[in-house]
Amino acid sequence: MKIAQKSIKTYLFALLALLSLTLQAKEPANSHDAGEVDTKEEVKDYIVHHLKDSHDFHLFSYTSDGQRKHVGFPLPVIVWSSEGLVTFMSSEFHHDDNGHVIVEKGGLKFTKIHSKIYELEEGAAEVAFDADHHATNAHKVLDLSITKSVFGVLLVGLLMFLGFSSLAKQYKKKQVPTGFGRVLEPLVLYVRDEIARPNIGEKHYRRFTGYLLTVFFFIWILNLLGLTPLGFNVTGQLAVTACLAIFTLIIYTASGNKDYWGHVLWMPGVPVFVKPVLAIIELAGHFLIKPFSLLVRLFANISAGHIVVMSLIAIMFTLKSELTVVGATGLSLVLSFFITLIEVLVAFLQAYIFTMLSALFIGMAVEEHDHH
Amino acid sequence: METLLNDFSPGLFIVQTILLLGLIFLLVKFAWKPILTSLNEREEGIQNALDAAENAKKEMENLNADNERLLKEARAERETMLKEAREMKDKIISDATEEANAKAGKLIEQAQAAIETEKKAAMAELKTHVASLSIDIAEKVVKGELSDKKKQLALVDSMIGDATLN
Repeated sequence: MKIAQKSIKTYLFALLALLSLTLQAKEPANSHDAGEVDTKEEVKDYIVHHLKDSHDFHLFSYTSDGQRKHVGFPLPVIVWSSEGLVTFMSSEFHHDDNGHVIVEKGGLKFTKIHSKIYELEEGAAEVAFDADHHATNAHKVLDLSITKSVFGVLLVGLLMFLGFSSLAKQYKKKQVPTGFGRVLEPLVLYVRDEIARPNIGEKHYRRFTGYLLTVFFFIWILNLLGLTPLGFNVTGQLAVTACLAIFTLIIYTASGNKDYWGHVLWMPGVPVFVKPVLAIIELAGHFLIKPFSLLVRLFANISAGHIVVMSLIAIMFTLKSELTVVGATGLSLVLSFFITLIEVLVAFLQAYIFTMLSALFIGMAVEEHDHH
Repeated sequence: METLLNDFSPGLFIVQTILLLGLIFLLVKFAWKPILTSLNEREEGIQNALDAAENAKKEMENLNADNERLLKEARAERETMLKEAREMKDKIISDATEEANAKAGKLIEQAQAAIETEKKAAMAELKTHVASLSIDIAEKVVKGELSDKKKQLALVDSMIGDATLN
């Protein structure tokens, strides 16, 4: 069984490597829009572009024979258009991100502008833009594509499933896990004993530990993945953090006991005329402030981290003329090295804070008050 | 704010929701539940083992205390037994001595008494023997003396002489 699992992992990595290599040859090198990154504006655009989700997995680019070549692999595009579900590979956009390339599928025309897929209106041959660079004859479609972020989520999900189900299997045979399980076990214990148990309480913590463990490792691994040169930015996507925050909201709303709702809606021990005011504040806290604090904190911290690291790397180009090539590169390396170290810490810290606060909110909802 | 909202992708939100639900479900079923159950079992096992060890230690201590007490009692009992035996020995010895002394005294007394009576008897016998012997002698002497008339007269004379002297 173990051997089988190992070979599955090896195959997976081999497949990934092979995919990126083979697709390098397939990828037509006829895109010119994303040229070299050199000036401050280009750096800024590059960073903004990186922070967004993308429809293909781009590893790196280089210029050869005066042409810009991209190495990576395309991901499937799945959109819910006016005619229903439409799928095609993102390679059909040929790395265009400004609405120049139109893809025709099932009688509908699609184009990609700033990482968003637009469906052109009937009869339009190409996208027309207004003064603010908004498309006037195309509208956004519900984009269910396997984007880079979705790919990251799938990858992390797969890794988590393989890692933790193998740990679970180890317990069937022995009391103390060996190998990688020995690394995972203290982490699981940490989440259970330092996050779930103290915040939710001895009586109820078992019901929620599964969710907290999933969320903790999900965020942590994705944060760390964001620091690799693969260029993931999953936990810096508002949709992802919002989804996580809403999961927590649903859980603590559903598990809130009578005591909790009593305190939210009709606070005991205060004068009657204060009670409705407090109820409004408590309800706002329950449905808006708590989830927003979760989703904005994670999103902002991770985005900020990515912006800072990339800006520091960009010192190499932006301060080239002032500090000479060697000086700018040295400064950039030193600064980005230390910031990356801090980001490794932040990756853990944000996962911890998100899980901790989720546990705290759940704990508040299930807490049993002494009756005074 | 507008850019943020523009960047928010509803499609990604939907996909992420589905994937996260699936992930939570799969992990809870295949990983967290078995892991947490085994961890709890293991912890309970460790706790039980510790409790058992603690109990065994306590029992051991109790046993030791019991042993100590028994030993002390046994020692005390031996002491008293030895003391009693010694007393008894002394008493037996002294009794025996006294009795022996008394017996010896009695024997001596009896012996002395026997010696005395034997002595008396011997004396009496001696006396009678001496008396009879003296009578025999006197008889023989008297016989010899009185066989001759002169002699009888001389005797009477001497006796009359003695009597006048008195």
